[in-house]
This record gives sequence, structure tokens and C-alpha cells, in this order.
Amino acid sequence: MDGFLNALILLSNFVIVPSMAYGSQLAIGALAVTLIYAILRFSDFAQGDTMAFGAMATILLTWVLQYWDVSISPLPTALLALPFGVLCTIALCLLIDRWVYRFYRRVKARPEVLMIVSVGVMFIYNSVVRFIIGPGDRWFVDGERFIITAREFKRLSGLSEGVAFKTTQGLTILIAFIVVAALFCFLNRTRIGKSMRAYSDNEDLALLSGIDPERVVRTTWIIAATLATIAGALYGLDKSFKPFTYFNLLLPIFAAAIVGGLGNPLGAIAGGFTIAFSEVALTYAYRKFLAYLIPGEWAPQGLVQLLSTDYKFAVSFVILVLVLLLRPTGIFGRKAS
Amino acid sequence: MKPSSRRRENMRVISMFAAMLAALVVVGVFQSWSLALAILNLCLISAVMALGVNIQWGYAGLINFGILGFAALGGVTAVLVSVAPVPAAWGAGGGGVIVALMISLATILAAVFAARRAPAGVPRKLLLAFIIIGGYFLTRAFFFPAVEAIEAVDPTKAGFLGGLGLPILLSWVAGGLLAAAVAWVIGKIALGLRADYLAIATLGISEIIIAVLKNEDWLARGVKNVSGLPRPVPYEVDLQQALWFQDWAAGMNVSPVEFSSIFVKLCYAGLFAIVLLVVLWLTERALHSPWGRMMRAIRDNELAAAAMGKDVTGRHLQVFVLGSAVVGLAGAMLTTLDGQFTPASYQPLRFTFIIWVMVIVGGSGNNRGAVLGGFVIWFFWVEAEPIGLWLTDLLTSGLAEDSGLRRHLMESAAHMRLMTMGVILLLVLRFNPRGLIPER
Repeated sequence: MDGFLNALILLSNFVIVPSMAYGSQLAIGALAVTLIYAILRFSDFAQGDTMAFGAMATILLTWVLQYWDVSISPLPTALLALPFGVLCTIALCLLIDRWVYRFYRRVKARPEVLMIVSVGVMFIYNSVVRFIIGPGDRWFVDGERFIITAREFKRLSGLSEGVAFKTTQGLTILIAFIVVAALFCFLNRTRIGKSMRAYSDNEDLALLSGIDPERVVRTTWIIAATLATIAGALYGLDKSFKPFTYFNLLLPIFAAAIVGGLGNPLGAIAGGFTIAFSEVALTYAYRKFLAYLIPGEWAPQGLVQLLSTDYKFAVSFVILVLVLLLRPTGIFGRKAS
Repeated sequence: MKPSSRRRENMRVISMFAAMLAALVVVGVFQSWSLALAILNLCLISAVMALGVNIQWGYAGLINFGILGFAALGGVTAVLVSVAPVPAAWGAGGGGVIVALMISLATILAAVFAARRAPAGVPRKLLLAFIIIGGYFLTRAFFFPAVEAIEAVDPTKAGFLGGLGLPILLSWVAGGLLAAAVAWVIGKIALGLRADYLAIATLGISEIIIAVLKNEDWLARGVKNVSGLPRPVPYEVDLQQALWFQDWAAGMNVSPVEFSSIFVKLCYAGLFAIVLLVVLWLTERALHSPWGRMMRAIRDNELAAAAMGKDVTGRHLQVFVLGSAVVGLAGAMLTTLDGQFTPASYQPLRFTFIIWVMVIVGGSGNNRGAVLGGFVIWFFWVEAEPIGLWLTDLLTSGLAEDSGLRRHLMESAAHMRLMTMGVILLLVLRFNPRGLIPER
């Protein structure tokens, strides 16, 4: 029995907790992608770099606050700086929308053109981030590191395995929950949220019933920028901040959005967790886990790792391919339009 | 099109290419001829790659964000074709790898067969799961011991299976074919759905191709790189020792060392120019054939073309495969020029997205435009750094030599070229979406 419990704890420590946190980050990022797709009707390839920009703005203020010795210990100071990062990113997105994207809405450009435009925007965000903060690794986490360490857990439970629960992981999951609840409340209860959904369902009908499209678009950018900053800052807190990794997040985020059905917020969340759990579970080495379950002489010798961690992107890709083959509209998608 | 407007367009094309040539000459005179030729060679390769993207985007409106991956496939083909085989590695694990690859292929075929033929329902799902899981573990059983054995063979110099030991020029064709094969699979999956899906799927496959090339050391040594690839042109050292070459250099009044470097680059330029002209001729012929008109008709209105009985998805697959093959060819040329294969150097911003800027700036849908775009953008990509440094130096000259801001700006000047590319892309899309040489 102890063996079973230990195995379960081991799995929680290395698979369940990390993928919950990573899944939350992906889900928030995918929500932003899916909202932009639903309202503006294109896939925003600048998403990864928007996240990087938001994280960068947050980091800069975090450093200032740390310099002034402002702290909300045991929580990381970055939490205090987050609203500032959100405001900066909102301002940037609205500015870019006004200068760049609005024109293409007026001329009713095809979504393909908008995708390429978003690549241009990606270049600019990317260079701005590298210009200001540089391409290297940045740490900005402070405060209490763990909610519970593996050693404490072992002492409390008397088991030989422990679950280490990092503050950043706990915060990520909690914030993701709050953000998602607030977003759904907004979309379902408020007038502008409802008009966003109406606009997404049928643009012409929405326009006929007097919805101001520019207002809907502005709101979308505000929400998307907020989500991107939160996802970016949380990812940076949890791992570390490096501009290039944010570009690499594009694939899992898009895969998450497509798995759930592009344009479907609920699907984006489900997709985020699907991708995160598959990625972590397939690249985890199960040797120790099995050793607890299987008696000594039968226990496996190798790592029992299904896939090397170098190929974690392959997981998102394979899931993406499976969804495209089996259900192109996504798990929660509406029937093909 | 009226003859007069065609003449005007030709004049425009000629004057723009002449300006480009003049810019290269300026670099040759003020910086060095060796540098000018190095830029020219990469311009030629970029132009071929841009033609590949133009076939997909300009002819058919398909978005391929996986240029990087297809170029890398061409690059690895150059290694696999030209490097001499490593008999010890083949003896150690060649058989195991081949068996493992055969098993995985058989698994895929069996899975596809089962998915198509077995009666639908729970039994089919169970059968599929059994085939895939069984095939996976069977493959592993043969694959990992073999890979370990191969990588243990002389790890500092070899540690991989080596290639076929054939002339490297053959790899240009083979690289195109390999890229085409991969494109066919991706196209089969992602075409016929929303346009976004192809863009994302190609982005994904290119990341996976790079991950495979970085980590599978038995194939092409991964991040340990393969260097010293055989060349299709003579070596500088041999030239410098050849009497006829020394006489020639003396006749032109330059040192044999400098002249040999220029001569080798000229040889490459000649080879690349031949490829570029052949590809350009073929693409132009295709564009003005009934096939090209059909492609453009599909691009401009898929519904109408489908109603006229055109197989939209089938044509898209065809054009996607053709375009990717051209990118693969260019990738093999690039590795040939470098003389080494370094998977870590394949960066999406440097490959995929710059090529896109080339096509958009040059003029999507116009092959001569894509070539011009390849030249212009590559030229700026290389020269942006010295220009950026010079500008920052000028702008910050009022600041003290050791001021922190100035140092930061000087160090960051390199990032400005991404900014330049983004701004150029956005400006062209906004104010001149048809590019430097618009489509006819």
C-alpha cells in the first residue's frame, strides 16, 4: 500500500503539479489566440512575442520595486508589477491595432494577409523586447519559493516521496482560475461581452443590431493583451524569462486553441490542459514510479521514458495532426462552417 | 497586356536589377570584393528559396511558415549524399537502424490500412491502438541499441552512419525530392481545411525537423555538426599551388591568395546562377501555362474554380509539394556553400520569416519580383548591421564613450535589423501590397 501511495505522490510531484501549472499558462495564452481569432478572424502569430513583451514590462517594474525594497513577501513582487505590465501591453496592442490592423479591417483583407501582417508585428515586438531587455535569461522571482517543500511533505506524511509545491505553481493555477472565471462572467453577463459573442457568431447581424464593431475590436485587444501578459509573466515566473522561448510557445498555444476548436474559449482551456498533460506525461521517465508498483526483480532497468524531452514539441504537433485528421473543428468546435 | 506596358515593366525590372548590381559593386569597392561575392551567393540562394515560397503563396495563396524545416531537410540531404560512409558504424548498428525504420514504416502502413478497412467501432479503435503501441515498442527495441552502437564509433570524428559518398551536386536534386516527400505528407493532413491550419502545421513540422536533426546524432551528428563537406568547386589551396593560376593572378595583378578566394566564390555564384535561371524559367513557363492560369483562378476564387470542376485541394497539394521542393533544393545549395551542416543555426526569424519578407517586398505572384526581393532583402539583412552600428554611433556621438546607454545601444544595434524587417514588411503590405514588381 505504501508503494502505491509513494508512486502516486511521485507522479503528482513530477507530472500532475507541473502540468497543471504549464496547462494553466497554455490555457490563458490559447484563450487570447482564440478570442482574436473569433473576433478579428485571423491567427495572430505575434502572440508569443506579445506575451514576451508583457512579461518584459512586468519584469522591468519588478526590478524597480525590488530596488525600492517594496515587497509583498511571501508572494513574489512580480504580482504587484503585473497590472503595470498589463497596462503597457494593452497600450501597445491598441496602438498597433490603430496603426496596423485597422486598415486591413476597412479593406476587408483576407485572413491570410492578416496572418502575414501579424508576422511583421511579431518582428517588431521581438526586436523591441530584445532591444530593451536583451536576448538572455532573466530571473525575477522572489518571495517564498515553496508553498510546501518535498522534505516537509515527507515529514508530515511519513512517506518516502514528497510533493514539492512551488509558490509560482500555486499562484499560476489560482490566477488562471480567477482569470477564466472573470472572463466567462464578462462574456456571458455584461453587455459588451454579449455583443462580442454576437459579433463572433455573425458579423452582419451584429452590425445590423447596432453593435459598434470598433468597440468590440478594442475590447478584444484589451482582453487579449491582458491574458497574454498574465500568461507570459506567469510562465516567466515559473520557468525563467528568455525571449526566444516565447516564440517557441506559439506551437503548443496554437495546438491548444485548435484542439479545443479555434474561436471557442472553453475549448482553449481544455486544449491547454490536454497539451500540457500529454507533453509532461509522455516525456516523464517512469522508472522510479514503476519500481514502487512492481516487485524488485521485475522492475524495469531503463528510464522507461516514452519520448525524450528534446521532442516535447512533437507532442503538441502530433495532437494537432490527430485533431486535424479526425475532427478538424476541434473537440468542442461547431460543425464545419 | 499591351506591348507598351510590357516594355515599361521590362524596363522597370532591368533598372531595379541594375540598381541591385550597382549596390553590390559599391560593397565590392568600399568594403571588399570577397564580401560582395559572399553576399551575392547568398542572394542567389535566397532568390531560389523566395521562388519556392512564391510558388506557394503567389500562385496559390498557401501559407508555409515551415521554410526553415524544408531548407534543413535539403541541408541534411547534402550531408547524407556527399559524406563518405562510415563502415564501422554501419557494421555496429546500420542493420538495427534499418530494421527499426522498416518496422516503423510497416506500423504506419498497417495503421492506415486498419483505419481504412477494419469495420468501424470499438474493435477498430482497439486494433489501431494495439498496432501503434506494439509498433512503437518493437521499433524502440531495435532502434536504441543500434543508435548507441553507432554513436560509440569514434565519437569525436564520426559517431554517425555517414553518407553515400556521391558528388554533392546530386544532393541538390535529392534534397528537393526529400522536401517534396515531407511536404506531401503535411499537405495531405493540413490542406483542404482552413488556411490557418497549414500555416500552423508547417510551423510545427519545421520545429520537429530541427529537433530531430539536433538530437539524432547517428544521422548527421546532431549539434556536433558535420563539417568539411566535399565541394563541387576547387579548393583555394590547390588553386594557389597551381602554376596556371599563379600566372593568371599575376596577370591580373592580385595576390594568388586573394584571387583564389574570389575565384572559388565566382564558381559557386556561377553554379547558383544556373540553378536560379533554370528554376526561374520553369516557374515562368508554369505560370503562363494553362496550369498557372488555373492556379491563379483557384487562388482568386476557390468556390468558382471548384464549381468549374477544378480539384482545389488536389491542386493545392501539387503546388505545395512543388514549392517545398524548390525550398529543399535551395537548402541543399546553402549547406553546399557553407561546407558544413549546423542544425543549431536554423533560426525561424533568419530563415522562414525573412524569406516571406522577400516575397512580399519583391511582389507576390511575380517570379522576377521574388528574385529581386531575395536580392534586396538579403543585401539589407547583411548590411543592416554595419549601417545600424554606424547610425547608432553617429546618433550617440554626443554621449560619453563609456556611457551605459550608449554601450547598451551599440550592443543592441544587431536587434535593429529585425525591427527594420518588420517595418519594411508592414510598410509594403500597407502602401504597396503588390510589391516592387507587381504581378501581371
